[in-house]
Amino acid sequence: MMTNFILAPIFVHMITAILLLFFWQKVQAQKIISIIGNVVAFAACVLLFRAAQDNFLILHAGGWKAPFGITFVADTFSSIMVLLTAIVSLTVGIYSTVALNVSRIKFGYFFLFHFLIMGLMGVFLTGDIFNLYVWFEVVIISSFVLLTLGGKKMQMEGAVKYVTMNMLASVIFLTAIGVLYGITGTLNMADLAIKIPNIQNKGLVSVTALLFFAGFGIKSAVFPLYFWLPSSYHTPPSAIAAIFSGLLTKMGIYAMIRVFTLIFTPDEFILNVFIGIAVMTLITGALGTINKRSIRRLMSYLIVCHIGYLIAGMGIYTELAMVGVIFYLMHDMIVKSNLLMITGIIQKIRETIDMQRLGGLYSDYPKLSLLIAVVLFSLVGIPPLSGFWPKIYLFGEAFKSGQYLLLGAIIFASFITLFVVARMWSEVFWKPSPKPLTEEIDHFAQLKFINKFALIFPITVLTLVSLYIGFGAETIINLAHKTAYELMNPSLYIEAVLNGNTTK
Amino acid sequence: MVLLVGILYSAGIYLMLRRSMVKLLIGLLLLGNGANILIFLTGGLTKGKPPIIDSAEKTFVDAYADPVPQALILTAIVISFALTAFAIILLKKVYETTGSDDLDSLNIQDLDI
Repeated sequence: MMTNFILAPIFVHMITAILLLFFWQKVQAQKIISIIGNVVAFAACVLLFRAAQDNFLILHAGGWKAPFGITFVADTFSSIMVLLTAIVSLTVGIYSTVALNVSRIKFGYFFLFHFLIMGLMGVFLTGDIFNLYVWFEVVIISSFVLLTLGGKKMQMEGAVKYVTMNMLASVIFLTAIGVLYGITGTLNMADLAIKIPNIQNKGLVSVTALLFFAGFGIKSAVFPLYFWLPSSYHTPPSAIAAIFSGLLTKMGIYAMIRVFTLIFTPDEFILNVFIGIAVMTLITGALGTINKRSIRRLMSYLIVCHIGYLIAGMGIYTELAMVGVIFYLMHDMIVKSNLLMITGIIQKIRETIDMQRLGGLYSDYPKLSLLIAVVLFSLVGIPPLSGFWPKIYLFGEAFKSGQYLLLGAIIFASFITLFVVARMWSEVFWKPSPKPLTEEIDHFAQLKFINKFALIFPITVLTLVSLYIGFGAETIINLAHKTAYELMNPSLYIEAVLNGNTTK
Repeated sequence: MVLLVGILYSAGIYLMLRRSMVKLLIGLLLLGNGANILIFLTGGLTKGKPPIIDSAEKTFVDAYADPVPQALILTAIVISFALTAFAIILLKKVYETTGSDDLDSLNIQDLDI
């Protein structure tokens, strides 16, 4: 029973999405079904997470043994990602029942939302490289429609860039799979991991690895390929942006970590590429945030900047650096989604997210502001909040391996993050409001209590989760150590998939 | 076949670098087809050996064509069909809102920082 259970998160979201199709125009029914679906999926993900702690869960689809059939694998890393995705999707799902206007919901917002989450679960759970491609496509086609839904002119402009870059990334990814199949004759990731070291033509293997890196790099927005993100992520409504920024770029990072720890063992050259790109991503992302007046644009560049930390950890490529990467990934998914939802609330309160026209939120909403302050502090990494611990690991490992340029870039990016967050705090919350607050502007105060609750509750939950990540760091670090150990010793994964030896 | 893949990739990239949106779309299409043929090619071409076990035998007695690349290409074609359909509608919508086929007409958003 337990092996089939691995597909539960995927199936729950699929069934929810199909049910939603039957209630196409009925907004209230859609909201209720979506929340129920999310809760059930969350419960399934918690069970899956607990079950995957001691064993690898492996499902051979259709009973075809690996390497012939499609395999689904849940190791610690996958189960962490699945659990975090479930938390984010549950909270964003509740948030979007109020935050989105009715016309978007009528055009099938929740339906697409659940297909997107289904695709993400598939990406995290699959153990087959072509299946990974298919799940990627499920995710990006849902995200295309979500991005263009209700299209205003600005949204269309962002969408053209987003669609083009993502389709290009898919073609590059597909090319890489084609070449990989040509040289190894298999698609199963564990089987690939065995066959790759025996290939004589090392040059072709490196080229394929770089093709994978380019494909995933476009999706996760690393340095030379990031420009589509700031020009499209500020256009959709904040609920959609929260899913995108919390989950979609992290999907690219997940695939990158999986491919470069399991299938390819990066050589000196690829590690140098990683480090160079991490440095550039950190610096350009940080510089991009400085002159932004709109909070949403600032966030877009912060997403790019913080992807740099993850790539940096991969470039150092030691077990401790991986601990940092995984910890940072967990922290980042929660905090980024939370911040984007907060931006949505600020917009509800003041009708604008331009920092020059904002102000005085602290005197009007002191409790809400304190909640937001906790989130901002954990983003910056004030100890003992969640952003602090992974950075310690990354600093330490960069120092130990003598990557002083990288160390400088990491410190620089942290400092700039602190600077922009402090500026945002003083502009939005402390500065007196530039124009008097009238009843018409504040849409938030006019909401009914239940609606206010639906907006504030998700933020509170995510803040509590990030507080837990910060204060319960010992548990999280143990988890991250375990994950990093599994990632750096792929033989465990290979044994589990090919020989059915699933105990850790 | 190798030449064909090369031509499709280079033509696709070239068209994507043009300013026209329609050419961008055609470029993406050509790239997708190029990738499909690449998979077909790298999967190994075997002539006239279908992967079907003869009724008299229990297992394969001879070398046979690999069916996996064809399954992959079929999947990829279906996906690219859906993506293309979406992209066409998107570009039509953009054309309706901006009234232009020129991609440079989209670059107005950096005005407000």
